[in-house]
Amino acid sequence: MIRPRESAHTAPYDRRVPPASQRAYLDHAATTPLVPAALEAFHAAAGVGGNASALHASGRRARAIVEDAREQIAAVLDAHPTEVVFTSGGTEADNLAIAGMYAARTARDPRPPGIVISAIEHHAVLEPVEALQRRGAQVCLVAPSRSGVVGADAVAAAIDDLEEQGAAAGVISLMWANNEIGTIQPVVEVASVARERGIAVHSDAVQAVGPCDISFRESGLDALSVSAHKLGGPMGVGALLVARDAGLEPIMHGGGHERGLRSGTVPVALVAAFGAAVEAAHTRRAAESARLVGLRDRLIEGALGLDLDILVGGAWTPGSAVDRLPGNVHLIVPGCEPDSLLFLLDAARVEASTGSACQAGVPGRSHVVDALGLEALDTDTPVGVVRLTLGHTSTDHDVDAALDALALAIPPARAAALAAAGGA
Amino acid sequence: MRVVAAMSGGVDSAVAAARMLDAGHDVVGVHLALSQNASRLRESARGCCTIEDAGDARRVADRLGIPFYVWDLAERFARDVVADFEAEYAAGRTPNPCLRCNEKIKFAALLDKALALGFDAVATGHYAQIVEGPSGRELHRAVDLAKDQSYVLGVLTADQLERAFFPLGDTTKPQIRAEAAARGFSIAKKPDSHDICFIPDGDTRGFLTRRLGAATGELVDVTTGAVVGSHEGSYGFTVGQRRGLGLDRSSLDGEPRYVVDVDAATNRVFIGTADLLGVDTIVGDHVRWCGPALSNGPSDVVSAGAQIRAHGEEIPATAYLGDGGEVHVSLAERVRGVAPGQSVVLYEGTRVIGSATIARTGSG
Repeated sequence: MIRPRESAHTAPYDRRVPPASQRAYLDHAATTPLVPAALEAFHAAAGVGGNASALHASGRRARAIVEDAREQIAAVLDAHPTEVVFTSGGTEADNLAIAGMYAARTARDPRPPGIVISAIEHHAVLEPVEALQRRGAQVCLVAPSRSGVVGADAVAAAIDDLEEQGAAAGVISLMWANNEIGTIQPVVEVASVARERGIAVHSDAVQAVGPCDISFRESGLDALSVSAHKLGGPMGVGALLVARDAGLEPIMHGGGHERGLRSGTVPVALVAAFGAAVEAAHTRRAAESARLVGLRDRLIEGALGLDLDILVGGAWTPGSAVDRLPGNVHLIVPGCEPDSLLFLLDAARVEASTGSACQAGVPGRSHVVDALGLEALDTDTPVGVVRLTLGHTSTDHDVDAALDALALAIPPARAAALAAAGGA
Repeated sequence: MRVVAAMSGGVDSAVAAARMLDAGHDVVGVHLALSQNASRLRESARGCCTIEDAGDARRVADRLGIPFYVWDLAERFARDVVADFEAEYAAGRTPNPCLRCNEKIKFAALLDKALALGFDAVATGHYAQIVEGPSGRELHRAVDLAKDQSYVLGVLTADQLERAFFPLGDTTKPQIRAEAAARGFSIAKKPDSHDICFIPDGDTRGFLTRRLGAATGELVDVTTGAVVGSHEGSYGFTVGQRRGLGLDRSSLDGEPRYVVDVDAATNRVFIGTADLLGVDTIVGDHVRWCGPALSNGPSDVVSAGAQIRAHGEEIPATAYLGDGGEVHVSLAERVRGVAPGQSVVLYEGTRVIGSATIARTGSG
């Protein structure tokens, strides 16, 4: 006899996941909960059916939903709707930008091709660049200042370095805001440097769209990456804004959807929810930014006030969202292993992250923190890193819970690092 | 109690975690990342510590509804277990890395980190029993003697035993598999791990050659002193070994030859006939007591059972503690293939008295 498999909805999963009201979710940079408008748009569109590429009535109706969302997103980001190319998310948008602009560039220029990116890019940019490097691209990584900002002059110097080596920079990529330390980069200045020299320029704006006021038209960028689930939309959808005159080869070939730059059936309901989320983020931006800056500053000041030798990673000006994302708190805690600190925070119902990628479930050392070149951090002692990111559901209560948990977690996390390193 | 359940991704540690939860403890699952390249997929049924094993452990934790983490102890493992393993072979001894792992990793690095983070104890899926005795906790053999792992736990001290749980010791392996299936664990039929986890292909000699490099040395007949062949490194040989000597049988008398001694200093391997392999006295150092120590001196001879291999038989013996802290064991019968570096574990009935690393052997 075949017994019915236990339903996923009745599986215990985590018996001790407390209700949301008893948890401090401070990992909005990893993903932020769907906003109601996005969920409503998803529900409405998911029930409609139809392939947006089809020519019949169902297709036309689906296409109208997709184009409405495209216009919503274009309006918020000050782009032309044609410039919005839907992808499966931020990673695909970054890969399409890097590989696509590189391919277009090498097709036109006989000199050895070069790529200039910052040393603090997300892995979704770093890894495709490294893949191209293995196939012959000359790569120049631009280090940030100790406050985590990459200067436009440093980017210009990197372009000169490549030319001295006989290569020609073909692609520049600089993130709009860093995902770990939240620092905002001078993308518009860098784009202007790139334009002057005729170099294609991209920005990964996955963390910035939502909190930052972005005009694609005025940015001077050729391409800009966006992800829906970082701003209250669903996972599995994003976009690459591609300027009309940008040179870009597709990396996914097929039915020629999305200006022929990204083949594959457009996920109508995901796109509808994405559009609604972008619009909602835009509507609440001014008030939300001020609110989050207040929470952020209280959390940073409170953490520094614990007198536990905590450093803040990246530039921070109290009261300002100019140099740092309004919702980003990044604490560096020398002498702790990152996993112990996160474990203790998790046990105290404070959900945080290191912000860096995990390798087989173990947080890896952060290339961003390393790139800051902080003298206080030597390579022999472990460095605990906690990223606490605030978002639309965050409250004063979350900040209090995080401060209480940090005060209790840091001393034992330091003791655990000593225990793990010790032994005969 | 707040308990870390060490979860390898195998059946035993999964059921151990479930039983700790049933017993009312506050359980957190921890998978140890011990391999330097943990992101590999499993190459064979024999290896462990791959990303798949971590995934298997995670799925059991999901099923149990307990928090789960991966703790990276790869550096400690490389230093305290793998480097020790190589150094022991390089010195002509035959180590048991599982004992070293229990001594230095599971009940030291893991336990110490757990205690620092506010836990009270570590539970594992070892087959052994802890019994409350008149003078504290005692380590005993498992009910399932075919699976009994008290030998590899013989390095635990009384303090470590106070912080350990072995929830499987009262059950047989087939019952544990049935229990895993009844609990709905997808790994209920996963094969047992064997041999040495960091040598997944089972080729210890190949592993050592890669790590220590090949070095041609002499194969010497211990009786005649004649050089009868050559080899590519004395560390590839263990006392009692018969295979892989590469001997030309016709030059000998037809009797099988065995490794009877390994001299790492001169890179020579000595071979001889079976009668030269018999051993009935053992001197062991690196002595660890699982409870009260043998009291002082040669006069205090105690009767004990001695086990010298992970799945070996227990041999009646007597033992005493020497002046230098070493333990002297006299076996009631001669045993073949006892190699320096192996561990001797002493038992009183089913109770583990303690263990020592074999330094010298003799026959009297």
